[in-house]
Amino acid sequence: MAAVQDGPMELDTEKETKPEILSDGTSKLSGNAASGTLSSSPLTAGGAPKQEDQQTLIAVLQFLRRNKLSESVEILRREAGLEDQEDSQTLDGSGGGKGDRDGGEANSLLSRVSITSAAAPQIILSTSVTNEQLDVSVVLSAYSQQGDPSLYQVYYSGLKNFIESVLDCHRAELSQLFYPLFVHMYLELVYNNHENEAKAFFEKFGGDQECYYQDDLRVLCGLTKKEHLKGNEVLLDFRTSRFVLRISRDSYQLLKRHLQERHNNQIWNIIQEHLYIDIFDGMPRSKSQIDSMSGSFAGEARREVNKVKVFHGLLKEPEIEVPLDDEEDEAENEEGKPKKKKTKKDSMGSKSKKQDPNAPQQNRIPLPELKDSDKLDKIMYMKESTKRIRLGPENLPSICFYSFLNAYQGLTAVDFTDDSSLLAGGFADSTVRIWSVTPKKLRKVKSAGELNLIDKESDDVLERIMDEKTASESKILCGHSGPVYSVSFSPDRNYLLSSSEDGTVRLWSLQTFTCLVGYKGHNYPVWDTHFSPFGYYFVSGGHDRVARLWATDHYQPLRIFAGHLADVTCTRFHPNSNYVATGSTDRTIRLWDVLNGNCVRIFTGHKGPVHSLAFSPNGKFLASGSTDGRVLLWDIGHGLMIGELKGHTDTIYALKFSRDGEILASGSMDNTVRLWDSTKAFDDVETDDFTAATGHIHLPDNSQELLLGTYHSKSTPVTHLHFTRRNLLLAAGGYSSQ
Amino acid sequence: MAEERRQKLCSVILPTESMKAMAESVGVGSLQEDSCLALSEEVSYRIKEIAQDALKFMHHGKRRKLTTGDIDHALKLKNVEPLYGFQSQEFIPFRFASGGGRELHFYEEKEVDLSDIINTPLPRVPLDVSLKAHWLSIDGVQPAIPENPPPVPKEQQKTDSTEPLKAVKPGQEEEGSIQTKGQGASSAEVKGSSAKMVPLMRMKPRSTHELSVEQQLYYKEITEACVGSCEAKRAVCVCNKCYLFLFQVRVNVVQNNLALLIYLMRMVKALMDNPTLYLEKYLHELIPAVVTCIVSKQLCLRPDVDNHWALRDFAARLMAQSCKTFSTTTNNIQSRITKTFTKALLDDKTQWTTRYGCIAGLAELGHDVIKTLIIPRLSVEGARIKAVMDGPVVSNIDKIGADHVQSLLLKHCASVVAKTRPLPDMVDQYKVDYGYLGTMLCSHVVKARAQAAFQAQTVNRTTLTITQPRPTLSVSQSGLSTSSGSRAPSIIKVPSSLTLMSTRPGTPTQPSPPATKYIVMATSAGAASTHYLPTAPTAILHSAADYTYPAMRVKRKKSLTTMVEDLLCNRS
Repeated sequence: MAAVQDGPMELDTEKETKPEILSDGTSKLSGNAASGTLSSSPLTAGGAPKQEDQQTLIAVLQFLRRNKLSESVEILRREAGLEDQEDSQTLDGSGGGKGDRDGGEANSLLSRVSITSAAAPQIILSTSVTNEQLDVSVVLSAYSQQGDPSLYQVYYSGLKNFIESVLDCHRAELSQLFYPLFVHMYLELVYNNHENEAKAFFEKFGGDQECYYQDDLRVLCGLTKKEHLKGNEVLLDFRTSRFVLRISRDSYQLLKRHLQERHNNQIWNIIQEHLYIDIFDGMPRSKSQIDSMSGSFAGEARREVNKVKVFHGLLKEPEIEVPLDDEEDEAENEEGKPKKKKTKKDSMGSKSKKQDPNAPQQNRIPLPELKDSDKLDKIMYMKESTKRIRLGPENLPSICFYSFLNAYQGLTAVDFTDDSSLLAGGFADSTVRIWSVTPKKLRKVKSAGELNLIDKESDDVLERIMDEKTASESKILCGHSGPVYSVSFSPDRNYLLSSSEDGTVRLWSLQTFTCLVGYKGHNYPVWDTHFSPFGYYFVSGGHDRVARLWATDHYQPLRIFAGHLADVTCTRFHPNSNYVATGSTDRTIRLWDVLNGNCVRIFTGHKGPVHSLAFSPNGKFLASGSTDGRVLLWDIGHGLMIGELKGHTDTIYALKFSRDGEILASGSMDNTVRLWDSTKAFDDVETDDFTAATGHIHLPDNSQELLLGTYHSKSTPVTHLHFTRRNLLLAAGGYSSQ
Repeated sequence: MAEERRQKLCSVILPTESMKAMAESVGVGSLQEDSCLALSEEVSYRIKEIAQDALKFMHHGKRRKLTTGDIDHALKLKNVEPLYGFQSQEFIPFRFASGGGRELHFYEEKEVDLSDIINTPLPRVPLDVSLKAHWLSIDGVQPAIPENPPPVPKEQQKTDSTEPLKAVKPGQEEEGSIQTKGQGASSAEVKGSSAKMVPLMRMKPRSTHELSVEQQLYYKEITEACVGSCEAKRAVCVCNKCYLFLFQVRVNVVQNNLALLIYLMRMVKALMDNPTLYLEKYLHELIPAVVTCIVSKQLCLRPDVDNHWALRDFAARLMAQSCKTFSTTTNNIQSRITKTFTKALLDDKTQWTTRYGCIAGLAELGHDVIKTLIIPRLSVEGARIKAVMDGPVVSNIDKIGADHVQSLLLKHCASVVAKTRPLPDMVDQYKVDYGYLGTMLCSHVVKARAQAAFQAQTVNRTTLTITQPRPTLSVSQSGLSTSSGSRAPSIIKVPSSLTLMSTRPGTPTQPSPPATKYIVMATSAGAASTHYLPTAPTAILHSAADYTYPAMRVKRKKSLTTMVEDLLCNRS
């Protein structure tokens, strides 16, 4: 939906190539019964209201036409089945209509266009002056001159006095109005060139705002001229996306009555046009309830966005699958098979429920077939998991800490393979290094010429293809041209992904230790990338505020997840690979459906950029850590915050659940690893009366009870955490000598 | 939360003077005040924007420090060419200059002569990234290994050691908290308090710690560091609390390993000199160890040859120092120590070695002690020495012992006698008063008086002490026999229990006999005879590291071949 981000040319190509890619991808994956499920274009995705789609389409069409991309206009129109007459409506609907999300979306889309055109000079040249003016005026249309600028202070303080005088139960709710009103009034003053009034306004009321808005206020206070507004994406977003407030009906009535009595049109207009007030029936919320949910860039999530059903259950183990059984028959005499059947029976015995009611259909998204090596690995996994230590509050895991010495503060990302045999580190000097943490050394495959000489029928052919001369404990991968911000191993340990400041994601082969593909698309720094638990797919997110879903054999993204209002800082796949979670600098976490690209959950409550995410192994819960040093726990099914873990004093860069999900480990810049009792955290809430309907939860302040242990390292920030298959916790970080 | 007032956010902008200065630097002579203002506002805003973007890069780089690289990347985001030539350094290399009423910060660009660069030797190649693993926690307990931070913060250590009564015992605290909270305390509160106590409980069993394998390794490391040749390591390890294990194991070594004991004593010394450690709690472990080193009958394998006397001297000084530092009215260390020494001294059956130790120990405690406890004994001791020296049937060991005791007595008593006894020094009178030792004492006293007079002239006493040979506590094979004149490096066999630990857990006491290690040292001439000089110990012995003197090299060899090579080298 927001492919517009990447500038017109790329958008064009994406539109053209996408259908091909999708059909291509599904044909390759057609081994699974799910042929063609991915082929539905994200543009016509189901689930979202029809009208919204049309609005978006119209906006896109208009943009394409303006840039004289007639061919793509045609294609798009054909694809979407739009009539000619529809786009003649153009943007009239954006201001009016129902005036909620639809208009907002179209607006925001256009605003982004204007941003990109401002950012890239060559595009500015191509767009005519009138176009640019149109964009800006659309974006800022609401900020026409209204009322005397000198009276703004009077308006605001009038409202402030009113809110401070109302009953306590309403005050907390109505106080939410302060921040958005403040920002909008300030921007309005700035937009209308009342610089001095704006400064005075900020001086007077800037200090009243909640402390978690400090970062935004800092941006705001630097902005004093109308010209500044044009390039500032953050504030343009604030403008165009409506700030969401959740207020009880009583409080809202109170406010409405007050504003009407006082004929305070200025504020009423802002509320009408720029805020979205989500009114609910029932008791007003308390201050702590509000505080726990607020803090994000654009207010809280609307209730209805979190109502979509999410299939958070796990997929069935592949052994039970029918097509696989057929294969087993074919490969009856294969080594290791008898063992596997045994383990299968064991595992079936332990997993009593055959099909999780919350699980998605097995073929909801096409998954790659299991190769023989994958099956062997599964068997290994089964064996290992029988030896797994059962963790709990009385039985804490041992932690093995891998320190990177002499990294000169250059370590930026770490990842372990699932079987904990390899360790990859991304560095600020653009290199990726791989270490073997087992005695087994890293070897390259022999060159093509030498491979020709090998007897291909021999039993140890896999051993023979390896070049013994290249054996070493670590390998360096060079190719990026900027700091590497994340690395991710594929589940089968054959590939490694790395994302970098240079705007690319690279796929490396761990057989030849060379770069296979460079995925270009983000154009801006890519902050995070993560492989799907089943391989093949991966997701990346970056400074361009979108997350992209890729398949390793496609050089273009399959899906673009757009909606975050700021950088996408971290991305994670759901254990069933049907969903992707992204954390962002806009202090929200979003959950996206891989199938149709829709945003199915928005979690607000963090007070700083989200830097780490972790799904619980059962797929029900999500943990997120941010720069404010707090870990928040979310129930995905109900779309609720269910816990807050306070203790860290700095950014949390690493989160991981133990293999059985009893322990949550968090690692932070403050040089500590902390262990939390996640079972208890989840149980405490579930025993509560789950008032899912309202979504108003009382968070018990029990961080101290849940904290099972704090382990300080000497001077090593924790960048990554990993539980081995036997539940030994591995931590990694770069030693900083200070 | 809104009540918390933060520092006021205000829009700071660059002064217009900077704009003028910059305009001048690019050749724009006169800039209107208005344009300056407009420029500075715009520039300030853009700089803030870039700084905010740069912060993002810092966060994603997982650093706490903003680098110039981050700013370059932020500029790149804005399609601005990055600033070249600014390397990421610890400090910002701006120079300050003022003149003509203006103040400037500028970046100094020196002209560099290429030949200089070519001719300078290449800098050291930076170390490559490497990976090191250690246990951060074992079954939920953080092992005390050097990779982990000390388990107890220093403040805690201080209160624990200085105010032991105030350290709350876990049980007491629980009672107290429940009482104060009363019956109405909710279960959550009680839980909260018990959760807080968990760390206390974990800290408690410190003295009865089982040695885990890691701890044993750590211990081994520490010992090697202390005994080994690496000075830097030694300095580091002193800070670590190795003394916990040290003295438990030490006793086992006492019997035969002189070299190691010397190191141990030095380590004790270093520990004492470290102002950040609080040894009060460990005195009961320290003092017996030190006293053993003073008065033990035998400290080395060959008491006739090895110079264990120096060790006794050193330990005695150490004892005196600890008496001074730690003696209080409650623990009464000094009087208890004095009693112990005196009792041994008065016993007729005491061996010469022990006797020597007692006298040394007492003598170090000060002039008053010498005057009241040793000088009255002079005639008795004199008689005993005489019996050994002149008597027909004595072992060599006894003779050496007596000789040492004699010189020790003379040395200490002379200065005291010189101060207390009125002139003149008559040999006969001395003989009457002090018996056998009288004659020699008299000459020593005369010498001491002369020296005192000389000192009075030179006034500056410190220069004198510096000119004296440094106190040497040397492991020397030649022992007393300086006359043998062995100047070639002598080699002393030291059992491999130098490492103090066998690798097997639980049996740290067994020295494994076959592997031998060698201490190779050069004996400087006269060093043996001047083991000891009463100079201010703290100045020289600030830490164990300071106390190694150049003449001594300790080499530990792993394999026999290298050992042989070493021998050959030394011979040649």
